[in-house]
Amino acid sequence: MKISREEVLRVAELAHLELTEAEAETYRGQLDSILEYIETLNRLDVSQVEPMAQMAYAHAAPAATPLRDDVARPCDVGEAILAQAPKVENPYFRVPKVIER
Amino acid sequence: MTAQTAWTVASVRDALTSRKISARELADEYFSRIEKRNPELNAYLSLSKERAYEQAAKVDALAAKGEALPRLAGVPLAIKDVLSTRGTRTTCGSKILENYVPPYDGTAIVRLDAAGAIFLGKTNCDEFAMGSSNENSAYGPVQNPAAPGRVPGGSSGGSAAAVAADLAVVSLGTDTGGSIRQPGACCGIPAMMPTYGRVSRYGLIAFASSLDRIGPFGHTVRDVAEVLGLMAGPDANDSTCAGVPVPDYAAGLDAPIAGLRIGVPEEYFAAGLDAEVRRKVESGIALLEKLGCKRVPIHLKHTEFAIATYYIIATAEASSNLARYDGVRYGLRSEAATLIEMYRKTRQRGFGAEVKRRIMLGTYALSSGYYDAYYLRAQKVRTLLARDFAEAFERVDAIITPTSPTPPFKLGERTADPLQMYLADIYTVTGSLAGLPGISVPCGTTSERLPVGMQILGPHFSEGRVLQIAHNFERAGGFEL
Repeated sequence: MKISREEVLRVAELAHLELTEAEAETYRGQLDSILEYIETLNRLDVSQVEPMAQMAYAHAAPAATPLRDDVARPCDVGEAILAQAPKVENPYFRVPKVIER
Repeated sequence: MTAQTAWTVASVRDALTSRKISARELADEYFSRIEKRNPELNAYLSLSKERAYEQAAKVDALAAKGEALPRLAGVPLAIKDVLSTRGTRTTCGSKILENYVPPYDGTAIVRLDAAGAIFLGKTNCDEFAMGSSNENSAYGPVQNPAAPGRVPGGSSGGSAAAVAADLAVVSLGTDTGGSIRQPGACCGIPAMMPTYGRVSRYGLIAFASSLDRIGPFGHTVRDVAEVLGLMAGPDANDSTCAGVPVPDYAAGLDAPIAGLRIGVPEEYFAAGLDAEVRRKVESGIALLEKLGCKRVPIHLKHTEFAIATYYIIATAEASSNLARYDGVRYGLRSEAATLIEMYRKTRQRGFGAEVKRRIMLGTYALSSGYYDAYYLRAQKVRTLLARDFAEAFERVDAIITPTSPTPPFKLGERTADPLQMYLADIYTVTGSLAGLPGISVPCGTTSERLPVGMQILGPHFSEGRVLQIAHNFERAGGFEL
């Protein structure tokens, strides 16, 4: 067994997911078989291999990753963005109380 | 299936220029087709009629004045619902964004708008583009117009189905591990994923940022080339979008392909490949040889590790990207007494099973104590996979493979086993991880009349050559093999 029920619940907590009992059990089994499949990567010796984190750098040529000038531009979308929020107190997003006292 | 009489980018422009039809009439025609067929196909999630008719009016005004029309003038376009469209609901196939209306257009959308396209609406897809069958959409599955009762492929299933059923002339999809190419293969139409960095990702709602790409579907390779060329090129809003010049892809299509060396990787024709798919792709390769290409057997020796690598990297990036859906700034919110509780309840209610599964897997792979064993190791294997291709491209100009190991499977057939579903991407995730451009072209059907796709991969930024091979293949009858 690659992943225990306790680990599934801990990962769910890290990911801010509130799983039901049934989901926790289903995911445990499914993640277990996926992780077992992923173990095949352990057959490779990668001790001398550099990780590839970003495709843009892989293209090598400097022209491939151009930089623009760092100048301020007008971005007048505040109202439009707030209009999409579930709860607003203009010009802020409103959320439940964060600080307990 | 695509009718011989289907509109193309060029025929729309000719008809508009000669005033045989107006952009408005063409939009009418497509909206009425959508009304008729969409209830059964479920390819579209939202229509953007108001915007479409505004766009059509602009094109018709130009035509009335006898002015030169832009390249995509009047062309009815469908857009995958993970691409931000100003004023048109964009759900990502998820309940968590059910009522989200973006305040801006993504860069590709801005460019196609400027080129005169008519935006018909937004197409169904797997939730947050996570899936290979479109069955992970919160808004129900899509029917494959080319194979009733079968999946249209995923995650851009709606975009593929819309074009295949001629409910759009061209459409946009996104590809992270095969999500353009595989539905293209399933629905029997050409579908292209460009090089990573060829098309700006600005306005593409992120799944896995080091893999995500935007690309077109069309009835013909020429249409795919037209749309790609108009979207491609550097963008100040995406620093990963490359400053590499964009050639006129359509202009280069007719050049003959005799003398090109095409690599055929043994690993892609091994166990697990459906016998009929193999036969069709072999006939495709034989046709390319007849056109003067030289077949070169090659090896891509780390292929068997690609799915495992992909499902670590893609889910790790997804777990980070999808942290933004927390009920604060947009989308669904489940009220609760505390902030953390609100996050949890919102995400629990808003995300579907596959999205949660991938967030869990990605969070696990990035979590303390497992990072080196999973994520870092996968990044290193990604280097090996990219190196396989780099070495191969020293000897060949393009690589030919099947797009998918099987023809489109039946709706519901694989939903119970996530790992089985992941294996549908076995021939497409490799090009995704290596950042390469690839197109899937139809290469005939099986004895049950199910579409088969052939994939053409090229080196970084070789879209022109990939399209040229695909076009020569199409012109020689390859689609009907």
